Amino acid sequence: MPLTEDDVRRVAALANLTLTPEEVPQMVHNLGEILAHMDRLGEIDTSGIEPMSQVLYRSSENSPETATLREDIPRPPLGSEPALQNAPLSAPGYFKVPLVIER
Amino acid sequence: MQVANFTIPEIQEGLRTRAFSAVELAKHALHFAETHNPATNAYLLLSPELALAQAEAVDRKLAAGEDPGLLAGVPVAVKDVILTKGVRTTCASKILEHFIPPYSATAVLRLERAGAVMLGKTNCDEFAMGSSNENSAFGPVRNPVALDRVPGGSSGGSAAVVAQGTAVVSLGSDTGGSIRQPASFCGVVGVTPTYGRVSRYGLVAFASSLDHIGPFARTVRDAATLLEVIAGHDELDSTSASAPVPHYTEMLKTAALRGSLKGVRLGIPKEYFKDATGETADLVRRAIEILREEGCTTQEISLPSTDYAIDTYYVLSTAEASSNLARYDGVRFTVRSPHSGTISQMFNNTRGENFGAEVKRRIMLGTYVLSQGYYEAYYKKAQQVRTLITRDFTRAFADVDAIVAPVSPFPAFKLGEKLADPLQMYLSDIYTVTGSLAGLPCMSVPCGRTADNLPVGLQILCNHFEEARMFQIADAFERVVR
Repeated sequence: MPLTEDDVRRVAALANLTLTPEEVPQMVHNLGEILAHMDRLGEIDTSGIEPMSQVLYRSSENSPETATLREDIPRPPLGSEPALQNAPLSAPGYFKVPLVIER
Repeated sequence: MQVANFTIPEIQEGLRTRAFSAVELAKHALHFAETHNPATNAYLLLSPELALAQAEAVDRKLAAGEDPGLLAGVPVAVKDVILTKGVRTTCASKILEHFIPPYSATAVLRLERAGAVMLGKTNCDEFAMGSSNENSAFGPVRNPVALDRVPGGSSGGSAAVVAQGTAVVSLGSDTGGSIRQPASFCGVVGVTPTYGRVSRYGLVAFASSLDHIGPFARTVRDAATLLEVIAGHDELDSTSASAPVPHYTEMLKTAALRGSLKGVRLGIPKEYFKDATGETADLVRRAIEILREEGCTTQEISLPSTDYAIDTYYVLSTAEASSNLARYDGVRFTVRSPHSGTISQMFNNTRGENFGAEVKRRIMLGTYVLSQGYYEAYYKKAQQVRTLITRDFTRAFADVDAIVAPVSPFPAFKLGEKLADPLQMYLSDIYTVTGSLAGLPCMSVPCGRTADNLPVGLQILCNHFEEARMFQIADAFERVVR
C-alpha cells in the first residue's frame, strides 16, 4: 500500500517531529521509494532464523562472546552541575521546561 | 619540517634526536592546519590551547627521561561525534551547536594518555548520517585530492585532514562504511575494528549495535599504532570486548607480521564483482593480482545474502537511530525552539527546526519500521537477515583467511551529484554495510588512482579480532605499491 501524507503525519507525531507543509510531500516521495526497496526483504525465507540484535551474541557457535554484563553495583553519576551545564534553561538542581499539563 | 607528510615513526625519531620539540611540532602543525583548512572545511574547530598544553606535557616527560607514550607529540584530529571534555562537540548538527561535553570518550582519554596532541574536531555528516559529508549543518567538506568532489562520508573531515596533511592521524566512526568509504575517496588508510574492540563510551550514539570508532592514517603502520592505543576492554561500555589487544606496532616491525604472504588464503566474493566494470573494478583486480604475486592464494567465494544487505542495514540503523536521537528534545542539550507554549510543542519544534533533512528522514524511517503493524515485516525481518549475512561470513572464513573486495562502486563523486536522490546515495554503501552488520574488522588501503587521478581503495575483511592478519596483508601490499 503506498505511503500517504496521513501516514507521514502519524509517524512524525510518533517521532515528536514538526514537519513543514513542504516537508510532508517530500517525505511521502522519499520514504515511499526507500520503503518499496526495503520490501524486497519479504522475498527471503527466514522461517526459523534467530533475529540478531547484537554482534557476537549467539551469532555463531565459535565466535568469542564480547557482550558482557558488568556487576550491578551503583557507580557515582555525573553530578547535577555538569549534567545541567548544557541545558538551555535550568536552575540549581533542575531543568526548566514550558507548561507540562495542557488545559 | 615536513608536517604534511609526517608519519608516527618520523615524529618519534625527530623528538628522540631533538630535531624538534613537541611544542615546536604542535605550533607548526596548528599553523599548517589554520592556513590550509579553509580550502576543505575539514576542521569544524581547532583547539590550539589544548594542543599546546598536551605538547608541553610530552616535552616535560622527554626532558625527565620518562616514556612519553606511543603517540608522543603526534598531531591528531577527532571526528566531531566523539566527546572531548571542555571542547565543543556538535555532531555537525545545529541541535548541538553549542554543546560542551562534561566528559571525554574513552578513546580520546587513551590518545591523551599515549601523548597525542589534539589539533581539533573534524566535520562530518550530521550525526554521522551520510555518505558524502554534504549533510553537515556547517557546510560540506571538499576532497583535498579534487576540490570539486566529496571526501566521502560520514567521516569526511577525518579522512580529509589526513589526506591534506593538516593532521597526521585521526579518529573517525563507522556505522555502515563511514571510515572505509572516505578513506577510499581521499586515498588514505581507514580501519573499522571488530565490533567491541574499541570502547564506544563517549561516541554519540547513532546505531548502537553497529557503531565503531576507528583510525585514519597515511600508512598501515600508523593506523595499527593508533588502533593499538585506543583498543581494549572498557568497563564503561558494556559491549566492549575483553579480548587482549596484540602489539601491532612491534609485530609489524618484526617477522610476526612482516613475513611473506605465502599461503595466505584470500576469498574473492563473486557478488561484489558481479556488475563491477570500470576503473574501480580494474584497480581492485590489479591489487588482488599483486597480492597473488606476493604469495597469497585466491579462491572465489559466495556471500549469497549480500543483495539484501542495504535494506537490512537501513532498517536496523534507522530504527536504532530513531530511538537514540529521541534525547534531543530541547531540555538538556543547548538548543531549544523559542516558538513553544507547551512542552510537547517544544519537543516537536526543537527537533523540527534543528535537525537536517537526512536526519529527519532517518528518524522517520526508523520510527515507521518500529511502529505497530510494521515491526515484524521490517525490523524483525531485518534482524533475521542480519543473522543470514553473518552466517555467510562464518562459512566463508572456514575456507579463507581474508576477503578482498572494492570499498565503493565508484571513486569520489562531484559535490551535489547524488544529493537529490537519497535512495541512490544509500545504495552506494553496498560493499561496506555487510562487514558492519557482521561486526568484522575491515579496512580500506589505497590501491591506485583512476585516469582522473581519483584514489581507489581496496577493502580487506578478516574474521572477528583478526586485525593483525588484516594489517599484515595491508602492510605488505602497501610496501609493494609505494
